[in-house]
Amino acid sequence: MSESHTHPAHLAHHFSDVEQQRESAKFGMWVFLLTEVLLFGGLFMAYAIYRAWNPDMFYNAHKALNIYMGTANTFVLIASSVTMALSIRSMQLDKRKQTIGFLIATLALACIFLVIKYFEYSHKFHVGQLPGKYYSYTGIKGTNPHIFFGIYFGMTGLHGLHVLAGMSAIVWVLIKTVKKKFSAEYYTPVEMVGLYWHLVDLIWIFLFPLLYLIG
Amino acid sequence: MDDTTGSLFMPFGGSTIAGDVDTVFNFILYTSTIIFALVVFGIIFFSIRYRRRGKLALTPDISHNTKLEIVWTVIPTILVVIVFFMGFNAYLKMSVVPKDAMEIKVTGQKWFWSFEYPEAGATTVNELVVPIDKPVKLLMSSQDVIHSFFVPGFRIKQDVIPNRYTMIWFQATKIGEYDLFCAEYCGTKHSEMIGKVKVVSEREFENWLEESSMSGEGMSLSDFGAKLYISKACNTCHSIDGSAGNGPTFKGIFGKQVTFDDGSQAMVDENYIRKSILNPQTNIVAGYQNIMPTFQGLLKEREVDALIAYIKTLE
Amino acid sequence: MSEAVAEKNYLNDPKGWKSWVFTLDHKRIGILYLASITAAFFLGGVFAVLIRLELLNPGQDLMGPDTYNQIFTLHGAVMIFLFIIPSIPAALGNFFLPLLIGAKDVAFPRLNLASYYIYVFGSMFAVYSIFTGAVDTGWTFYTPYSTETQTSVIPMTLGAFILGFSSIFTGLNFIVTIHKMRIPGMTWYKLPLFVWALYATAIIQVVATPVLGITLLLLIFERVFSVGIFNPDMGGDPVLFQHFFWFYSHPAVYIMILPGMGIISELIATFSHKKIFGYKAIAFSSLGIAFISFLVWGHHMFVSGQSELAAMIFSFLTFLVGIPSGIKVFNWITTLYKGQIHFDTPMLYALSFLFLFTIGGLTGIFLGALATDVHLHDTYFVVAHFHYVMMGGTVMAFLGGLHYWWPKMFGKMYNHFWSVIAMILVFVGFNVTFFSQFILGSQGMPRRYYNYLDQFQPLHAFSTIGSWILGAGFIIMAIYLIHSLFKGRKASDNPWGGLTFEWATGSPPPHHNFKVTPKMTHGPYDYDKVLVEQTDY
Repeated sequence: MSESHTHPAHLAHHFSDVEQQRESAKFGMWVFLLTEVLLFGGLFMAYAIYRAWNPDMFYNAHKALNIYMGTANTFVLIASSVTMALSIRSMQLDKRKQTIGFLIATLALACIFLVIKYFEYSHKFHVGQLPGKYYSYTGIKGTNPHIFFGIYFGMTGLHGLHVLAGMSAIVWVLIKTVKKKFSAEYYTPVEMVGLYWHLVDLIWIFLFPLLYLIG
Repeated sequence: MDDTTGSLFMPFGGSTIAGDVDTVFNFILYTSTIIFALVVFGIIFFSIRYRRRGKLALTPDISHNTKLEIVWTVIPTILVVIVFFMGFNAYLKMSVVPKDAMEIKVTGQKWFWSFEYPEAGATTVNELVVPIDKPVKLLMSSQDVIHSFFVPGFRIKQDVIPNRYTMIWFQATKIGEYDLFCAEYCGTKHSEMIGKVKVVSEREFENWLEESSMSGEGMSLSDFGAKLYISKACNTCHSIDGSAGNGPTFKGIFGKQVTFDDGSQAMVDENYIRKSILNPQTNIVAGYQNIMPTFQGLLKEREVDALIAYIKTLE
Repeated sequence: MSEAVAEKNYLNDPKGWKSWVFTLDHKRIGILYLASITAAFFLGGVFAVLIRLELLNPGQDLMGPDTYNQIFTLHGAVMIFLFIIPSIPAALGNFFLPLLIGAKDVAFPRLNLASYYIYVFGSMFAVYSIFTGAVDTGWTFYTPYSTETQTSVIPMTLGAFILGFSSIFTGLNFIVTIHKMRIPGMTWYKLPLFVWALYATAIIQVVATPVLGITLLLLIFERVFSVGIFNPDMGGDPVLFQHFFWFYSHPAVYIMILPGMGIISELIATFSHKKIFGYKAIAFSSLGIAFISFLVWGHHMFVSGQSELAAMIFSFLTFLVGIPSGIKVFNWITTLYKGQIHFDTPMLYALSFLFLFTIGGLTGIFLGALATDVHLHDTYFVVAHFHYVMMGGTVMAFLGGLHYWWPKMFGKMYNHFWSVIAMILVFVGFNVTFFSQFILGSQGMPRRYYNYLDQFQPLHAFSTIGSWILGAGFIIMAIYLIHSLFKGRKASDNPWGGLTFEWATGSPPPHHNFKVTPKMTHGPYDYDKVLVEQTDY
């Protein structure tokens, strides 16, 4: 290549400058987030249709959810979004140790979220508030309450998988941060993971009222 | 509008809406043939006229012509709006059921159609008999997967869905037999889920209805059974010549020992046949799938007797 | 090769199998895709020939009904998910998009390679399903049949689900590449029309495919956990599945046809050596089609029991989506006017595209009009219409593109004589096979039938004979194309006299596409200003 002058190590060969590379990554990430929203969109659609058909059953069934655990999880995730944002800010200010701290805090909060979720799920497994043919609970009035739990497990389950994916991404940037791959000049991956994490948070912000706060 | 004699594309039409549908079809056919001819003419004419001859040269910059572009946008738009309204009009006519229509209950299941005439209490399988010049409303539902009720000669089609009623109506205008198909893929014997619609005169219909609401009086029990073997579609799965089908053959089955898929055995007697017709799911003969639907409610007491008597004769 | 030292190009530099398996070069990934989709096409083609052979006579000819049902399902699933969706964008698009905009690569080369391996992984699931009791639901996977059947629905749906991600990543990559990687001076209105078409396609891929993903996921849940969402016995609604499915699958047919239209724009302009007529109309009609395509899914369900009002709205919108396609055809024909048309093989494919796609489009009107659709729905008329658009449209465009860019991709020319013979066989065979099916369908022959009434026999036999002609054409094509790789005459850099950037580099191009970064000195279709002599005819 002819342009041998000031060629940063993190600039891939096919981009002409750092700016183009950063812009591309950011734009690509936003498009990807759009596809994620649409993926959940299908489930939101199913939710809307079945709730419109069975408004009473949805109301009765939602009472079976533990609103305290749901609320706690909402705060946990919002807090994790804050720590994620702070980790990016620290990177911008070239404070690598702080970044590492905030990333670990985000991971810890994500774990708390999953632990709370685990207790919620195991209770439901225990009493038989399960989807489809596995539903054996009898305390909910209305026709086909198993549909509510099908949708509940579908939505929170897929969200849970996204939390796991987000956590792996955070671990990945954490390792790279520790290995000093990022600096105030180049921290695009941290920023991208941050965007993804905010989306995971945002989806929960929609799931929470739709599932826990009906009526 | 009335029946049509059919064309290269359309089969003979024997219902009141066939004419309307064919009018729409032909309008689209003729206009699109003209458009297609113009397109092909354009391609061929330009290809010959402007084929490269001699040395390559620069070509003129022709990239816009507002008038032309408006013409070829507006004219097709007008045409499709016309087609839309024509299609919608005829469709509305198909959708609005006349008040005085005779109602017949249709049930689709793997892989046959059954028809129930509620007033007379008659039932038939794979053969719908209707009077001419009288509106008929079909109230349809499915016992298993989605099927679709399709009579090309009447230009009607409607999906038949489990746990829900769908409706369709027609008024036949010509006496004769029309093919009936299942048009929504439903598995192994989808292509065998076919039947006939018989359009008969009013008088013939009354006679037929009276006869079929009786239970084969004036006929020997086994003859009546032989008739039911065909009309209730037993023959789609059970052969009488020993050949393999979706179910065991009837030939020589009476008095034989059968083995079930759980290893237990039973002797084929009157009670076994009766149970197999009314509750086919209880025992499955080894090597076969659990696909037979129950005939509970579809067969009268005497009809079950008749089938048993018929099976006994098949040695 | 006669040269003492072969010139360095993307094919021979770097060397070794590892350099191919882990390549990040969009050209090599395009070639990997090309090889894979060709394999898929032949697999799907074998299924197609078997279907036609079975239908030669009524009753059983060579397979039982269950096998037949599995084979037509596999034909559809393989052709759609493994071949036609990735065909033009992932193979030709991957290779030529960066070249056309003067870039060194797509924006995310690693994602590009990942999308290829996701494609391979998804295809493996699909092929695995063939050996574990091949699925028999039809490629549409309609519930409740698909939740009840004993065949291996899960591997095939999982395969389609995974293939969806491959498609999403390709689309995402293309959108970012087109936005951010164009060389300076290449404004949106100076983009080649193939790029516009890929852009519109990528938008649909990104927006529609996630919905298919969630639909197939729900179907898998339904089979594994009996969730009941699509099961009428458990309070679910089987028709809801159709809504979900067609919300993806209708836009998906535009994923299949739009890139083909893009290729046709390139071919018509190059071979008539003339500026394309109505550049903006063609570009924006692609975006228009992409947009309206999301609003017409209900036209697959006119007889499913949806309300008359819904049927009316969907019918009307369906007609609207037809207008932009019509405009494109008129623009292409007008481009021929006062051109200097040369009939090389790619141009013959482009002209047969115009012929066949027009039939495909016009027969769509019969299906968009409510009254006629009730009669024609789920008959062979739909099968014929679909094949005229997908095979007469997309496959013809793909073959045109393949013959147009073959010398660029491999640096070799194929045999002209045999390529014309194959083209004629494909064109004739196609029409014999599928035109007869329009008549079969309107006469009332339902689709997906293993057996049929005697009155349909002559047309079925006719159609089967067509499939043999078609098959012969493709076999000849495979032979002369493979032959050209080894024994073909060396192609020049610009055999057709094209003005887009891919012709401004070597055939085959070097590793980083251009030795000297190209400059915008003229537009992609400025045949009124620039003269480049055609070297190969």
